[in-house]
Amino acid sequence: MIANLVALAAEEEQNPLIPAGPELLVGTIAFAIVFFFFWKKLLPNINKVLEERRAAIEGGIEEADAMKVEAQSVLEQYKAQLAEARHEAARLRQEAQEQGATLIADMRAEGQRQREEIIAAGHSQLEADRKAASQALRQDVGKLATDLAGKLVGESLEDHARQSRVIDRFLDELEEKAEATR
Amino acid sequence: MSADQTQLAFDWSCRIMSDNGCGFPAPGLHSFLFKPLATVGGFEFNKVMLLALLTSILVVAFFWAAFGKAKVIPGKLQMVGEAGYDFVRRGIVYETLGKREGEKYVPLMVSLFFFIWIMNIWSVIPLAQFPVSSVFAFPVVLAALVWILWVSVTFKRHGFVGFFKNVTGYDKSLGGVLPLVMVIEFLSNLIVRPFTHAVRLFANMFAGHLMLVMFTVASWYLLNSWMVPAAGVSFVMTIVMILFELFVQAVQAYVFVLLACSYLQGALAEHH
Repeated sequence: MIANLVALAAEEEQNPLIPAGPELLVGTIAFAIVFFFFWKKLLPNINKVLEERRAAIEGGIEEADAMKVEAQSVLEQYKAQLAEARHEAARLRQEAQEQGATLIADMRAEGQRQREEIIAAGHSQLEADRKAASQALRQDVGKLATDLAGKLVGESLEDHARQSRVIDRFLDELEEKAEATR
Repeated sequence: MSADQTQLAFDWSCRIMSDNGCGFPAPGLHSFLFKPLATVGGFEFNKVMLLALLTSILVVAFFWAAFGKAKVIPGKLQMVGEAGYDFVRRGIVYETLGKREGEKYVPLMVSLFFFIWIMNIWSVIPLAQFPVSSVFAFPVVLAALVWILWVSVTFKRHGFVGFFKNVTGYDKSLGGVLPLVMVIEFLSNLIVRPFTHAVRLFANMFAGHLMLVMFTVASWYLLNSWMVPAAGVSFVMTIVMILFELFVQAVQAYVFVLLACSYLQGALAEHH
């Protein structure tokens, strides 16, 4: 009977929905340990680091942004400089071309002028020579003719004015003949 | 009753088809009672208490290793710790209470989650093989803690009258049914809710442990004569149940913390 009661009491103790005091105590302590460390030490620790990391990442992003802006401006500067240089080069080329063209034109003009000068000089020289030659020839022919005539006539033709007129007339006739045969 | 009988009594010689005449040593309430490992001044220290304290040590040790010397560029352990921490902080607390209100409850909720989870996980750890939370006292402690916090926050936030309005779901537009609603809400919020909060965790782990013990013991018990294939089936079921329990353990820890947060959310909500 007594054994039965003890067994019954034991069975009642086994009701799993009645928490035992010692276990409640141990559970409280066990959880308190975990909570204490998380609360006081571990989570503040990690939160600080997470905050630092966030700041670092944000700082990094800001830095990268600044660098991007700078790079953009430098690029634009370079582009502007490059365009300017191209423009300058084109201008120089254009100038050189123009200069070359005028130079060539100048030289051509100069050459032309010199050529004409030389030709003109040659022409006038020829003319002078021809004139001198014809003058000399006329005089020689006149003298020869006069001499010949003097020999033939036996007298010296002293009337120079008349004499030369006769010679001239003769020569002119000769010339006219020559013209006519040409 | 001797201590031996309150131990998980498992007679190795009990096999099906054997002629020593003993039946299947089915698990029962006795599977949740342990002989004291040591008795200090009348205080009986048993395996469950040892596992509870080991839980504390394990959780603190892991997070000490992970967060003790936390670095901006984390190591592997710190990354794992951060993932767990972030899961509770963002996934549960911020989701329910918001960042502004929730921040000061983060340490409590993180502690609850990992404490409960590891208590549950002992269920499948060799040699331990017992979920601490299947002993009702442990969920009770935690649920009571949440309940006390909830009550005090509600008082602080809404004052004495506001507390009763909050707890009874006072709403004039309900008219005639208001008294009924108030009685039900009062009982539900103050008495039933903390109880179910604790029982939900306890019962899940209790049932899970029973199933595990049942299939484990059966695998051995059936390993005789022509019943060997049945033992194989039982063994496969043991493996399946272990995997399922791993899932349930995590889910129950999550649910417990999620409910704690949602109770607090009710306390923090502005109640006109």
